Amino acid sequence: MNLKISALEYIQEVQNGNISAEDFVAKTLERIQSIDEKLHAFLSVNDKAVEQARQIDKKIKSGDKVGECFGMPISIKDNMCIKDNKTTCASKMLKDFVAPYDATVISKLKQQDAIFVGKANMDEFAMGLTTEFSAFGPSSNPWNTDYVPGGSSGGSAASVSAFECVASLGSDTGGSVRNPASFCSVVGYKPTYGLISRYGLISYANSIEQIGPLTRTVKDTAFMLNLISGLDPNDNTTINNQDQDYLLGIDLGIEGKKIGIIKEMLGDGTSAEVRSATKDAISKMEGLGAICEEVSLDMVKYSVAAYYTITATEAGSNLARYDNLRYGYDFSVEGYEFNSYISKARQMFGPEVKRRMIIGGFVPSAGQAGKYFLKALKVKNKLTREISETFKKFDLLIAPTVPILPFKKGEKIDDPVALFQVDINTVTANLTGRPAISVPFAMSNGLPIGMQLIADSNQDKLLLQAAHALEQTVTLPEVPI
Amino acid sequence: MTMIGLEIHCQLTNLQSKLFCTCKANYREFKINENICPVCMGLPGSLPRLNQEAVKKATMIAMALNCSTPEKIAFFRKNYFYPDSPKNFQITQLNIYGDTSVGGTGSIMVGDKKIKITRIQLEEDPGRLIYEGSSSKNQITLVDYNRAGTPLVEIVTEPDFENPKQVRDFLNILSDLLANLGVADPSLEGAMRADANVSIKGGKKVEIKNIGSFHDLEKAVHFEITRQESLHSRDIEIIQETRHWDDQRKITVSSRSKEEELDYRYFLEGDIPWIRIDSDVHQKLKSEMPESISSKKKRYISKYNIPPQVADVLSSDKFYSDMFEKAHTESNAKEVANIITTELMGLVDTREKRIASKLTFTHLKELADSIQSGKVSRSSSKNALHEILKTGKDLSVIIAELDLGNVSDESELSEIITHVISEESQAVEQAKSNPQTINYLVGKVMQKTKGKADPTLTLNLLKKQIGIS
Repeated sequence: MNLKISALEYIQEVQNGNISAEDFVAKTLERIQSIDEKLHAFLSVNDKAVEQARQIDKKIKSGDKVGECFGMPISIKDNMCIKDNKTTCASKMLKDFVAPYDATVISKLKQQDAIFVGKANMDEFAMGLTTEFSAFGPSSNPWNTDYVPGGSSGGSAASVSAFECVASLGSDTGGSVRNPASFCSVVGYKPTYGLISRYGLISYANSIEQIGPLTRTVKDTAFMLNLISGLDPNDNTTINNQDQDYLLGIDLGIEGKKIGIIKEMLGDGTSAEVRSATKDAISKMEGLGAICEEVSLDMVKYSVAAYYTITATEAGSNLARYDNLRYGYDFSVEGYEFNSYISKARQMFGPEVKRRMIIGGFVPSAGQAGKYFLKALKVKNKLTREISETFKKFDLLIAPTVPILPFKKGEKIDDPVALFQVDINTVTANLTGRPAISVPFAMSNGLPIGMQLIADSNQDKLLLQAAHALEQTVTLPEVPI
Repeated sequence: MTMIGLEIHCQLTNLQSKLFCTCKANYREFKINENICPVCMGLPGSLPRLNQEAVKKATMIAMALNCSTPEKIAFFRKNYFYPDSPKNFQITQLNIYGDTSVGGTGSIMVGDKKIKITRIQLEEDPGRLIYEGSSSKNQITLVDYNRAGTPLVEIVTEPDFENPKQVRDFLNILSDLLANLGVADPSLEGAMRADANVSIKGGKKVEIKNIGSFHDLEKAVHFEITRQESLHSRDIEIIQETRHWDDQRKITVSSRSKEEELDYRYFLEGDIPWIRIDSDVHQKLKSEMPESISSKKKRYISKYNIPPQVADVLSSDKFYSDMFEKAHTESNAKEVANIITTELMGLVDTREKRIASKLTFTHLKELADSIQSGKVSRSSSKNALHEILKTGKDLSVIIAELDLGNVSDESELSEIITHVISEESQAVEQAKSNPQTINYLVGKVMQKTKGKADPTLTLNLLKKQIGIS
């Protein structure tokens, strides 16, 4: 059986009766069994998946109404709650936490008969961009297992790339979907802020993060978005998208569209290979009838600093609840005074989380807020104004997703500031709430390069349309694993 | 000069659900930790879902206290670690980055004194700590999260109070106002809590926290003024500090906590978008607000000619004014007001008695009508009211059962009067020369009829038999 098919192909095959959900899911689990030792894309695997697929096959056979996923195996980043499943955030702090409820995206996918094959590895609490900060060990890049898969949704990207599932859900706070998608050669999409409910997504920096799909094709992303987007009473920040169909008209192309090439995202830090891939992407877009022009977003140069200041502040508050009093791991409170207990209990956080918590305690504190946190908010506002102005002249913006090629495990883990700089091209979409997508575009010495497109708020449909057009211009090799 | 300022926390007890989830706002009926959900427990991944009704009610409070009401409001996070706070931050409001809380500055008259309001904010109540164990060594702390996330309105005043009496008067006015608005039941235990700051001339500001009832608040303020004055008279410096109210010993105790050093790292709560409350919404809310106490009072006086003191009592207590509104007619209004303020008040002066009472407005209406038509005498009506409260039976049934009906049968009454005249010959003579003393004879007739004689009829018959006009 061929596991190397897209989500839409999977649905077609099941509907045509060429494959059964049970067989496909069983084969998928076999593949996870055989290769995940090398990849470590999963933190836990759903041992009821085959049985669940069998039930869906029964529904199909008996002619009952079947959800649009037809038993499609999906992996879920381990920071989204699935009822009665462990949801660890790849942290020892939550290693025994079993969620008592479903995230909104999970209940929507359950209704559509998706099957969750497992929970995907990630950087602890989504803080990182290599998946090396997982408390349960790093994931590997399926294209070369010596390399990082990117992060923080590294497990999601690796699992889609290596055919351990058909699609995945990740979360993107500063590039955490797009970065690993670029490194693993899959599609990774961060929607307009508010398009997908965050209810049940464990918050890291709630004012800028979004759940986003990782898929093999742009069409698959549009399909997933159709299922999980829209207003949710449990998330006050969601927006009403009027049940838009993102697949409809996705083939319309980009003729006549004006595309801005963001100058600041092709700076000195950009590697030669990435630069030349970007030039190629631009000429291909022009070949499709788009008008490409360089544009400057001055505030981008401060964006990474602003991003880390804001996210650390929100993280410091969001992660304060992990005091191990109500849930967490096995460590009795007996005999402790409150403050000494929580400081002891919270030692279970890993190094990157601790680092950001310390920053998060400092930058918004009295006497420091004016120098750091409030200044970061000013940058965010200015950047947002800048990009709003830019979208008056352009339909889309283009830049490489990551300025450099995937790197080896262990290469940058001891240099946090160098790691932070890798986020330079992705954080802008988060800080401004704009939708952005990474499309697999090129290979260099066996390592993938992704191209990023950014659209204005609520222009997700146009973004997917353009991404689909760009995707059609290249043929890329198959993953070696 | 003594300066006292207050921070009052008032639970919006009449709301259906908590501030950010669908758990019940009325947590008091639940067993420990049964009124909780992922949201109010701050479970990983949960998000606050703002109760729009709470915003409305809090805005009404702001308007009733004549506060400015901004067009856009926002919520902030106040970050601190404490076991009763499931998220280790509280979602509250703040005005340091512009006025964004439900209410800005306002004022209210307390007698002739104008008390300025600094701000009004909507926030979540934490859980409740329960201490067990006798000595501090084996003491354990248990947490009940049933209360966590219930809607709380904080009312902050300027330090405009000069003495504990003004504080008490303000609190009475405030709790009547909140009850009248229908936003809270201030008589519920823990529904109203307060912090106070007190300073006397030449002294520093002292904060008193943890005052669990309005009754204790007045005492705490009184104690604190006395304490500071006695320090001052002995030339001992009054230091700026936070003190806790010890409600066992009824004194304030210095809390050596580092509360003042806490840095709450306030920032905007991104999970709740800004809420627009424009003038149209404010107008609409205003139209939905119940009639104010002062307007009721004016109406009672002008429309029904009810004496000001009676109208005052009647309008300020929601329980009484609701009764009055439903029971009165054009013709019996004064009588209804009279029954409420002279008879009923003593019978339902506590929350428990009000809950136990079986009195309905129909009872009250019938009772007033019966007094006016002479079916029941005023003195008998007391007994009837007692019985109604206890049993809830119909007035007619009670009159029959307890034989409370007026003796208004002329021949029956004439017979009794004949008796009285024969027994009281001296008084009869006196009445002939001084008609005003006839009231003594009326009293005698009442004695014989156990107060049931129709007073007007009695007087007429007496006059007739004695032969005076």
